Amino acid sequence: MMLIPCPHCGPRPETEFVYGGDANVKRPDPAAPDAEWTDYIYFRDNPKGAHRELWLHAAGCHSWLTVERDTVTHAIGSVSYTKDSGE
Amino acid sequence: MGGGRYSFLSLAKNALSGHKNWQPAIRHPEPKARYDAVIIGGGGHGLATAYYLAKLHGMKNIAVLERGWIGGGNTGRNTTIVRSNYLLEPNAHFYEHSLKLWEGLSADLNFNVMFSQRSVINTCHTPGEVEATMRRYNAMRLNGIDAEFLSADELKRRVPDINLGRDGSMRWPIMCAVSQPRGGVARHDAVAWGYARGADSLGVDILQNCEVTGFKRGSDGALQGVETSRGYIETPKAGVAVAGHSGHVMAMADIRLPIESHLLQAFVSEPVKPFLDVVVSTGALHFYISQTDKGEVLLGGGLDGYNSYSQRGTIPNIEEVTEAAVEMFPNISRLKWMRQWAGVMDMTMDGSPIIGKTPVQGLYLDGGWCYGGFKATPGSGWCFAHTIAHDEPHELNAAFTLDRFGRSAVIDEKGAGPYAKAH
Repeated sequence: MMLIPCPHCGPRPETEFVYGGDANVKRPDPAAPDAEWTDYIYFRDNPKGAHRELWLHAAGCHSWLTVERDTVTHAIGSVSYTKDSGE
Repeated sequence: MGGGRYSFLSLAKNALSGHKNWQPAIRHPEPKARYDAVIIGGGGHGLATAYYLAKLHGMKNIAVLERGWIGGGNTGRNTTIVRSNYLLEPNAHFYEHSLKLWEGLSADLNFNVMFSQRSVINTCHTPGEVEATMRRYNAMRLNGIDAEFLSADELKRRVPDINLGRDGSMRWPIMCAVSQPRGGVARHDAVAWGYARGADSLGVDILQNCEVTGFKRGSDGALQGVETSRGYIETPKAGVAVAGHSGHVMAMADIRLPIESHLLQAFVSEPVKPFLDVVVSTGALHFYISQTDKGEVLLGGGLDGYNSYSQRGTIPNIEEVTEAAVEMFPNISRLKWMRQWAGVMDMTMDGSPIIGKTPVQGLYLDGGWCYGGFKATPGSGWCFAHTIAHDEPHELNAAFTLDRFGRSAVIDEKGAGPYAKAH
């Protein structure tokens, strides 16, 4: 069981959260070429190790969080409100 | 065949000499400086690819490069289910071809892969699920694939220990079921060993403890060779079959993939007397169950749901699967779990695999198997071998290209959209 330290609610079990995927993916401009949209919709870095990702605290404060987590050890580094990252 | 051809006669001869004269099934050669092709990944898919390359396409100067030991990755981390119950045409034809190869595999390899066609049964729990499942099983029949419909009462006769939930003991009682009688299970390790022995006897070098650390490319961008932990190997062709770690290996060639790595767990209980002689799966409750030849109850569930390479899995999924299984099979409620494991799944963005060419000339990819890789082993190797030998896909894998994602030609069996964890 992973404990995710929510900045509003404190450490909470992973079952309270919904995974939102890679946080580095940026929605392109609507007029961007197809290749950029393909990249945005389908392609991921999928790193083995440090991963910046989104989690929604669905059964808590309902904040979207940006979490740095290791995909091999599951160790969680920094956690911040996604809205503060300007994304 | 490595160690001679296995037969009743060879068994009798070795028994009479005290089983002291069996020969190793494969060689452990040193890497050569150059091969006509190398396969990266010594799991079922990679070994099958090498076997069919040597057997059907005459390529004998080839090698399989395996980071650890053969069959030590996802080939040994699955629930051994074999089926071809797919809706969409490319999937239906590909998996049916694979199932037909399974049916002749033990004889072809002269190695018993213990393929047992004991039926794969899917239960339906809601009207929507009944309709979607009926549609899929009717599509199978139109494609010439065996499919049967079972009423709840017929299911109960076929699987006496199942709880239909009519007494209110299940939140979603079983309404009916479907079956693919030719589906079943196989011995997963034997598949790797059988293909390895078959490939070895055709002259393929199987190089274990040989990790690929980089690709060498010429000024035109084409592949020239691979760097490995056992030295540089020159080769014009490399096939990557390392599902679970496809992104990790392809990144060495600067290729990004439409893939996330997720964990899929499975568990076995302590062994008990035989009570379940089919595979039962349920999409609504999200688990599948069978009983192994050793008597263990074997269960698997859905994904853990977030990127991971840990090969361990976490507790919430074990709880969820166990709850659902005990509801449908109350008689397993007092069994103890004996072992638990997790495989790293290449989850593609449309839930279907990739078998084909890549933007790098000479580099081929067989990956993105989501959680359906084991049953695909023979078909995957067969199609991948054709693709490598001819530098173009066979019609059976022509739809499974890497570039389909940019052409709006995705193969989304579930209609779940571009979310890796949703398939």
